[in-house]
Amino acid sequence: MSSVALALSDGAVVAKRNLIKIKRVPEVLIWTTMSPIMFVLLFAYVFGSNIPVPGVSYREFLMGGIFVQTVIFGSTFTGAGLAEDMTKGIIDRFRSLPMARSAVLVGRTASDIFYNATSITLMSLTGLVVGWRIRTGLIEGIGGFLLLLLFAYAFSWVMAYVGLKVSSVEVVNNASFMFIMPLTFISNAFVPGPLPGPLQTFAEWNPVSAVAQAAREAFGNTGTVPEPTVWSLDNPVAYTLIWIGIILAIFIPLSVRQYNKAANR
Amino acid sequence: MTHMIRTSGLVKRYGNVLALDGLDLVVPKGAVLGLLGPNGAGKTTAVRILTTLLEPDEGAVEVAGLNVRSEPDKVRERIGLSGQTAAVDEHLTGFENLDMVGRLYHLGRKRSRERARELLGRFDLAEAGDRSAKTYSGGMRRRLDLAAALVAEPEVLFLDEPTTGLDPRSRIQMWETIQDLARGGSTVLLTTQYMEEADRLADDIVVIDRGRKIAEGTPDELKTQIGGERIESVLATAADLHPAQAILAGLCVGEVQLDEQARRLTAGVTGGAEVLKRFLQRLADANIAVVDVGLHRPTLDDVFLSLTGHSAEEVAESPDGRSEPEAEPTDTREKEAVR
Repeated sequence: MSSVALALSDGAVVAKRNLIKIKRVPEVLIWTTMSPIMFVLLFAYVFGSNIPVPGVSYREFLMGGIFVQTVIFGSTFTGAGLAEDMTKGIIDRFRSLPMARSAVLVGRTASDIFYNATSITLMSLTGLVVGWRIRTGLIEGIGGFLLLLLFAYAFSWVMAYVGLKVSSVEVVNNASFMFIMPLTFISNAFVPGPLPGPLQTFAEWNPVSAVAQAAREAFGNTGTVPEPTVWSLDNPVAYTLIWIGIILAIFIPLSVRQYNKAANR
Repeated sequence: MTHMIRTSGLVKRYGNVLALDGLDLVVPKGAVLGLLGPNGAGKTTAVRILTTLLEPDEGAVEVAGLNVRSEPDKVRERIGLSGQTAAVDEHLTGFENLDMVGRLYHLGRKRSRERARELLGRFDLAEAGDRSAKTYSGGMRRRLDLAAALVAEPEVLFLDEPTTGLDPRSRIQMWETIQDLARGGSTVLLTTQYMEEADRLADDIVVIDRGRKIAEGTPDELKTQIGGERIESVLATAADLHPAQAILAGLCVGEVQLDEQARRLTAGVTGGAEVLKRFLQRLADANIAVVDVGLHRPTLDDVFLSLTGHSAEEVAESPDGRSEPEAEPTDTREKEAVR
């Protein structure tokens, strides 16, 4: 069997194990998908009437941003899951087996697509309740969700690396919070902009803004906000795909290397 | 091939601490080697290197005729690992755990399932096989863990402290299981902190301390060296210590250990109760009053006292004998909170 086929078939075995775990401990999935729902409701009702967005209700504008924030937060699930496996010695079991070196990570990131899809579905339903609609067509809508999932997948490789590196569930959760909050807030995710001074430049080139922009365009939630002139936001899908490529190219090899030496202490 | 495990000059450093300091091991095919030592002696480090989990800094490692450092993948196909460094997934059932391990050894779907059922039956887990491992007792988990190591019928089996943290009944069950495996011709390397365990299970024992081998031999050879049983005696007055030491020296094997503060004498003997009787008689003849006296099997501490002159506890606590992070006496995994 070729090494790629081996990675995929071993990865499938690991993914199945992770999914069984979600089924056995559904509380984890329930509580972690509750927080994005809470975010939608809080933002929609607390900020909704105070942040004017030209040509579209804030609640509709918000959804693109909240989707991105949710999948980024969702990636901590990947990191926390790996950190937990490290502390419980399950990674050692895997590392002593003749399986592909990347399979644990391939399986983990794959099963987390299910997790992200679930939280996006629940959020979409919540969005529908507060007045969000997909105003384009079926194809565009599906395209928007696929781009979100693809970005989520890439980001879970970042957190896979973090999870293996720190190998503590608490540290993964707390540390990632410290860097996810600024990353998602210094962007167009929650406010149409412009942000003051250098923050605006950061926001314009922040991939979070591009993904949010791409999602809004795909769902038809942009209103009459003036077309962005900066290239990253004028071509949000292309810019997002470039970032996805960069993240995967860096973090897949980095995570696999970290996995191999993870317990080398 | 006569040797299934061979290491020479194995060195592993953690910062300034030498976890392994030139360890040489040889395990013939079909033999059971007991690696005996206190926490922090380097037992787990050795197992981790032999099972490809850890890269040594220096030295040669060979398992099943393969160079572990250059062909780790091939080594992994031939070994099984169980104990404190590997674990079962508590959210999966016993069957799912074994099935998963079988698939990852690439036994195929059908064979993995058959093998999982077979092993559940053999390890007395057939009834519990479809319950999640979270509901298992400590002993059941260890049996499942051992079963996982045996899924691919490995040529060499590594058992890292297989009974640490188990209650006495489960420990005896585990011993019987390991003895069955040994009789079946498996090559086994097991680590333990218990002299009794090494005595019962191993053909050969290597005692290690601070990453170095300090003694080696069959259980009988070691016991002769340190005395099979120990006489321990506490005297009423400190003034009698030296005369009593002289009496005991005439009856024991090796040296008499003296603890002035506790007024205690300890020494290895080979004659059992007869020697104890003679010792008491001679003390009585010399008018030496005894507060407490007893005969007991040698513990790891006794082995250490007679081989190194210091106790196993001192090793674990001394600043340069840092205890390994993973070598904890009880299984802390079970205490981990579920996220």
